[in-house]
Amino acid sequence: MAEAKAVDFAKIKAEEGAAFAKPVQILDNDGKVVNKDLMANFTDDQLVDLMKKMVWERALHEQTMSFSQQGRLGFYAPTWGEEASEMGTVSAFKKQDFMFPAYRDLPQLIQHGATVAQMYLWSKGHVKGNLFDARALRPQIIIGAQMVEMAGAALGIKKNKERDTVAFAYTGEGGSSQGDTYEGMNFAGAFQSPAVFIIQNNGWAISYPRKKQTHAETIAQKGVAAGIPAVQVDGMDVLACYEVAKEAREFAAAGNGPVLIETLTYRFGAHSSAGDDPSRYRTKEEEKPWFDKDPLIRLRKYLTDKGLWSEDEEKKYADECKDDFKKAMKEADAVEPEKVTDMLKRTFEVPTPDIKEQIKKYEAKESK
Amino acid sequence: MAKKTYIKAITEGIDIALAEDPKTLVFGEDVGKNGGVFRATNGLQKKYGADRVFSTPLAESGILGMSIGLAVTGWRPVPEIQFSGFIFEALDSIVAQMSRIRFQYNGTKNAPITIRTPYGGGTHTAELHGDDFENFFVGVPGLRVVTPSSAYDAKGLIISAIENNDPVVFLENLRLYRSVKGEVPDDKYTVPLDKANVVQEGKDVTIIAYGGEVSEAQKAVKKLAKDNISAEIIDLRSLYPLDTDTIFASIKKTHHVVIVQEAQKQAGVGAQVASAISEGAIMYLDAPVSRVAAPNSVYPFPQAENVWLPTANDIEEAARDTVNY
Ligand SMILES: Cc1ncc(C[n+]2csc(CCOP(=O)(O)OP(=O)(O)O)c2C)c(N)n1
Repeated sequence: MAEAKAVDFAKIKAEEGAAFAKPVQILDNDGKVVNKDLMANFTDDQLVDLMKKMVWERALHEQTMSFSQQGRLGFYAPTWGEEASEMGTVSAFKKQDFMFPAYRDLPQLIQHGATVAQMYLWSKGHVKGNLFDARALRPQIIIGAQMVEMAGAALGIKKNKERDTVAFAYTGEGGSSQGDTYEGMNFAGAFQSPAVFIIQNNGWAISYPRKKQTHAETIAQKGVAAGIPAVQVDGMDVLACYEVAKEAREFAAAGNGPVLIETLTYRFGAHSSAGDDPSRYRTKEEEKPWFDKDPLIRLRKYLTDKGLWSEDEEKKYADECKDDFKKAMKEADAVEPEKVTDMLKRTFEVPTPDIKEQIKKYEAKESK
Repeated sequence: MAKKTYIKAITEGIDIALAEDPKTLVFGEDVGKNGGVFRATNGLQKKYGADRVFSTPLAESGILGMSIGLAVTGWRPVPEIQFSGFIFEALDSIVAQMSRIRFQYNGTKNAPITIRTPYGGGTHTAELHGDDFENFFVGVPGLRVVTPSSAYDAKGLIISAIENNDPVVFLENLRLYRSVKGEVPDDKYTVPLDKANVVQEGKDVTIIAYGGEVSEAQKAVKKLAKDNISAEIIDLRSLYPLDTDTIFASIKKTHHVVIVQEAQKQAGVGAQVASAISEGAIMYLDAPVSRVAAPNSVYPFPQAENVWLPTANDIEEAARDTVNY
């Protein structure tokens, strides 16, 4: 007879994650409604609005890539493929919510109140790119840092007794490996603060595939250890992303503590505009099924069938958007480059004696 | 012998270390199949297999913490931190852990870890991609800190670093990766981890630099020569420990010194060199120690980099002032 087992680890391993591997979906790849109840939550205007936001984001990506290829920008992380995940989630938040974006989350930041010109300035590396009106910090370069900072903002919001307000942050599935992400979730859980953690699982952390990033079946289940509810959502379905983010926001804003959302999305192109070549690490065969899930296609199909949208309209709208982006680029180009003198002046509230000397030196240099 | 880039020289050095010692492991974000975001480990996974050259999940404290565990189980880790601006996630592993292991175990255990990381500005990268953070590392007892300025040194130093039993922070100057080329032997050779290099001999003034500023010093020296000022250039190569013998010998000869660093002026390597000179060679000086460094602001946004970074002109000016003191 086999010896009795204290624990069946193999069974536990097989079961872990299963509870989280049920992505919420409203529209399938063909634009067919798979969840009628949730679909009923949307008015026609809302549907068109979400479509327009995605078209806007794709146009932003295309125009920005073209500026980037012309050498008119600095660092830029493309967002092609992630329109549903980004526009769906961000649309669920309100102006008073405090946003913590990562370097890839410029479109959400613009939706939250920054201007396109400011984002171009951010990309060029100009401090004026950080001076937007949105309640948000600048796009974060250090992966994971925003997650702990967001937990702090959520606690600040709670201590301020701000009503109907949450903090929310974005990172990638790569970022979910950073200790900071767990610490942020754990703190928000421990303090029961109004925080929404959004992990955009776009399949790749530069060259590193999701399957190797963690042996966990889902990223969502990482919320379990922090005691926070989590969900997976079809990140190519803008309606599902919106509904899930809206529920998460309501739950957190009502004082129930934080929520974690994993969006299943895909990065169609390169990691950044700075020399990454995806053909070094992934195949066309892998990419193909994801193109079939293109978030614009499925909502376009649905809306076109209902007579609410057409390809012509879409093209016209995308062109209008691109004209706006060209104007924004002109605006950004017109801003005077930064001076070292100005940087020295703002390093401390009152310049220290050594910096005062350096200011004199650079004033002389920069007035030449 | 062929002319090779700085980065190619590093790849070759790691290749030789992997070939010579099966205990050597190379890992970090994107270093495997992708060969690193700069391609410093290009082709090595293919050659040595994914057991010895592998990408890791995205977590710097994981990468360097794991290096310590690997080291104490007999391996020789060569982790990569993708940009030195991301190393702070792993500072505990460096400052509070690996640098103290030999000390804590009375010399019976060591941490033969070589942390490779690119640093330095002038390439118009995003925030925290171009900063010079060597100042942090030279202040940590138990840690060696080196940075090559030539392709030849890059290969010889990386081999020495990997073979050495102390933890080494191996700083690779980002600007030099592809801009610097030089004669690099195909075979194995080493460059010592604690010796400065007299790049060029001269008799009127000693210019002490390292990393990306060595080539700026070389440009300055050419201009000075036109006015018959003969300058000697010392490339520190080792930021900790300092090779004071080489520095003092030069000052005895030239009686004038200019110390150049790309990092902010406050604290750091240049200050350390100046203090070593004041302790050991002040009697040979005919003029005060002169320092060329970046100003004490946060590393600037790309548009202002070129003004912010010390250039050949700054070095030239400082050298003239010092000689004419
Ligand atoms: C702390 C830190 N480590 C490394 C990097 C370099 N880096 C930039 S993006 C990236 C991959 C990120 O992948 P993921 O979190 O999945 O987000 P994605 O870029 O796919 O949106 C890496 C390694 C960084 N910016 N910060």
